[in-house]
Amino acid sequence: MSDGKENSKKSTDPAVQEMISKAKDMDVTTVWDRYDAMTPQCGFGETGLCCRHCLQGPCRINPFGDEPKTGICGASADVMVARGIDRAIAAGTAAHSGHARHLAHAMLKMAEGKTRDYMVKDVEKLKAVAARLNIPVEGRKENDIALDVAKAALADFHEKDTPVLWAATVVTPGRVKVLTDLGLVPKGIDHEVSEIMHRTLYGVDADAVNLLLGGLRCGVADLAGCYMGTDLADILFGTPKPVVTEANMGVIKAGAVNIAVHGHNPVLSDLIVSVARDMEKEAKAAGASGINLVGICCTGNEVMMRHGIPACTHSVSQEMAIMTGALDAMVVDYQCIMPSLVNVAECMGTTVVTTMDICKISGATHVDFSEEAASEKAREVIGIAIKNFSNRAKRPVDIPDVKTPVVAGFSVEAIVAALSRLDAKDPLKPLIDNIKAGNIRGVCLFAGCNNVKVPQDRNFTVIARKLLKKNVLVVATGCGAGALMRHGFMNPANVDELCGDGLKAVLTAIGEANNLGGPLPPVLHMGSCVDNSRAVALCVAVANYLGVDTDKLPVVASAAEAVSEKAVSIGAYAVAAGLPTHVGVMLPVLGSPLVTQVLTEKVKDLTGGYFIVDLDPDSSADKLLDAIDARRAGLGLS
Amino acid sequence: MSQPKEIFVRLDRCVGCHTCKIACSVEHSKSKNLFEAISEQPAPKNRVYVEWVPPDRKVPVLCRHCEDAPCMHACISGAISRTEEGVIITNSDKCIGCWTCVMVCPYGVIGRHLETRKAYRCDRCPDLQVPACVDSCPTQALVYRTVEGFSGDVRQDAAREMISGKGN
Repeated sequence: MSDGKENSKKSTDPAVQEMISKAKDMDVTTVWDRYDAMTPQCGFGETGLCCRHCLQGPCRINPFGDEPKTGICGASADVMVARGIDRAIAAGTAAHSGHARHLAHAMLKMAEGKTRDYMVKDVEKLKAVAARLNIPVEGRKENDIALDVAKAALADFHEKDTPVLWAATVVTPGRVKVLTDLGLVPKGIDHEVSEIMHRTLYGVDADAVNLLLGGLRCGVADLAGCYMGTDLADILFGTPKPVVTEANMGVIKAGAVNIAVHGHNPVLSDLIVSVARDMEKEAKAAGASGINLVGICCTGNEVMMRHGIPACTHSVSQEMAIMTGALDAMVVDYQCIMPSLVNVAECMGTTVVTTMDICKISGATHVDFSEEAASEKAREVIGIAIKNFSNRAKRPVDIPDVKTPVVAGFSVEAIVAALSRLDAKDPLKPLIDNIKAGNIRGVCLFAGCNNVKVPQDRNFTVIARKLLKKNVLVVATGCGAGALMRHGFMNPANVDELCGDGLKAVLTAIGEANNLGGPLPPVLHMGSCVDNSRAVALCVAVANYLGVDTDKLPVVASAAEAVSEKAVSIGAYAVAAGLPTHVGVMLPVLGSPLVTQVLTEKVKDLTGGYFIVDLDPDSSADKLLDAIDARRAGLGLS
Repeated sequence: MSQPKEIFVRLDRCVGCHTCKIACSVEHSKSKNLFEAISEQPAPKNRVYVEWVPPDRKVPVLCRHCEDAPCMHACISGAISRTEEGVIITNSDKCIGCWTCVMVCPYGVIGRHLETRKAYRCDRCPDLQVPACVDSCPTQALVYRTVEGFSGDVRQDAAREMISGKGN
């Protein structure tokens, strides 16, 4: 194929490459075309030296040092860059915590009897979360506990007598002290977002380091939002357990009513999964073989973890799912939904259904979702897809014959349960022993998105391949997990090829103890992007076991192809938690040598964590390994 | 003989974003990469300028590479010459830094390199098919065309306006 070389610069996923060629043949504009048309991009924006925070602006500072050297108000390059990165952290925090708040409201409505469509699916988790929050559980009804947990969640958004509980109760005691001493304990999640907007306003904070500390505190609030999102979703929809499924566009079925759920929140998508089972008959009556649900991005991760719904594609290739011509509906909630989907859908005969009041797209069909009428709305959405199937049934489809087995669903609870088969009394011991012995050299969390500036999945797969060979235990969330699953990294059959001997032995021992007939997959799927909280929970459990703080662990993180401001806020809390945190695309900070130095070096003296910005996946892997080895040495491990 | 291309400014299109200046600096850096170029010493210099004409006009100004170039005639050290492609260049080795070229340039587009103490100006990006400023301009205010091509477009626009103005 003459497009082959060209397409491999856009994506390393063969299914996506196939659809890029189809889009080209059909003259459908894709994200890669738009990127091409946008380049070269504005250097002021790229370096963080553009400020639009007041009406005297816009201001930009010449990164080559010529005039002007400050904005009109006198803000220096350092201040401009720090303000910009702070606002990105605030936006990410607002998004994650908005997702969590949505779940808190659903839980509150459930507890108050205002909706019949939700229930406590995991009582143990409810009790565990309540206990952590000091909410009494003994002898109380589930519903009463849930009511208190929902109220505690909503109370964490505003300033109150206690700090944000979903931050203060989820880290190590040592970390609480570090964060307290640095003034980084958030007072309220919304309070922190709001305070960033205040201090980055015209004529407020003009001290770059002070601004960055404010950003870090907001990052800790983002951890709270993520952690709350995970907790509440587990309570309402069940805590994930290992599940066997598959990934990539080959999961779409030509003869079925294909519905892709896309976005982030399980509050609707989980309902769609259960309602779809009841609507098979309607689908068959329309001439379909049934209803086939597939996932995209983090909503996809949520329903994959809990129900084994296969993943279709992720992040930058979301348009390509529609290019198959076989999707009847793409149902979206919020975050990472490219508005361009509507145009591609119009070309291909797919209906894009928006469902959230804050996320409408011109040209899409809107179904106003509410928790009170959740099932009814889910039926309405599926009905739209069935109707669309009747219209598209005779049109040809092109479904790439590409899919790969995936074992997903590794919540911390599931990991501990699997480990307890090795040591029922002390489940973390086998993990710690293997870390100490070097069979597990360290742990790397892959998180974040696919960025159009990187050939899709390249950074994730190149780095993961290198780390696995060096016996690093790899866990993944979000579209980082998506990238690795589509390339076979979550298929246990690939352990031999991908993993070093030490890691192979550990994965095999756990797999066999759990009667899986083979090893665990090379990379453990920990969930959606709010579920980076699960990685934090695992770190905290290991750190507490060892009696050290999280900044001493041989644990690193990488957002190798980051896009969203949510990735910036996740990075901020990873650094606040003490992790060396790699970002594989350029952050808009190079316009300030001071901010760059603080984020990549100086912050280490405060939290122990720091950013590693490196666009080359090979050297990034080396730097992550060096960071792991430095931590091992700190713990006295060889 | 084929028509040489010039960098033309479409005066109604510039929004004053200064992207051309950044692209120019990057192209005249050692690394030719923004993220590395901003920390290079001496700092790479831009050779295109964006002037403001109050209240609301923004005008990119750059070396016109005049056919009868005053700077070339005025240069007493013989540092300024014209290439076969018609590009006026300053040979740094010969430049003595007398700034006579600055005095006679009607556009004010010759700069002083403090570190090397030499004059510098637009060199039309000899390594590129299309000069960096033109390539980077998000509104296509800068275009790289032949005189014939540019004038042809202007004639077309004028002709359309004449017709529509008369209500034809």
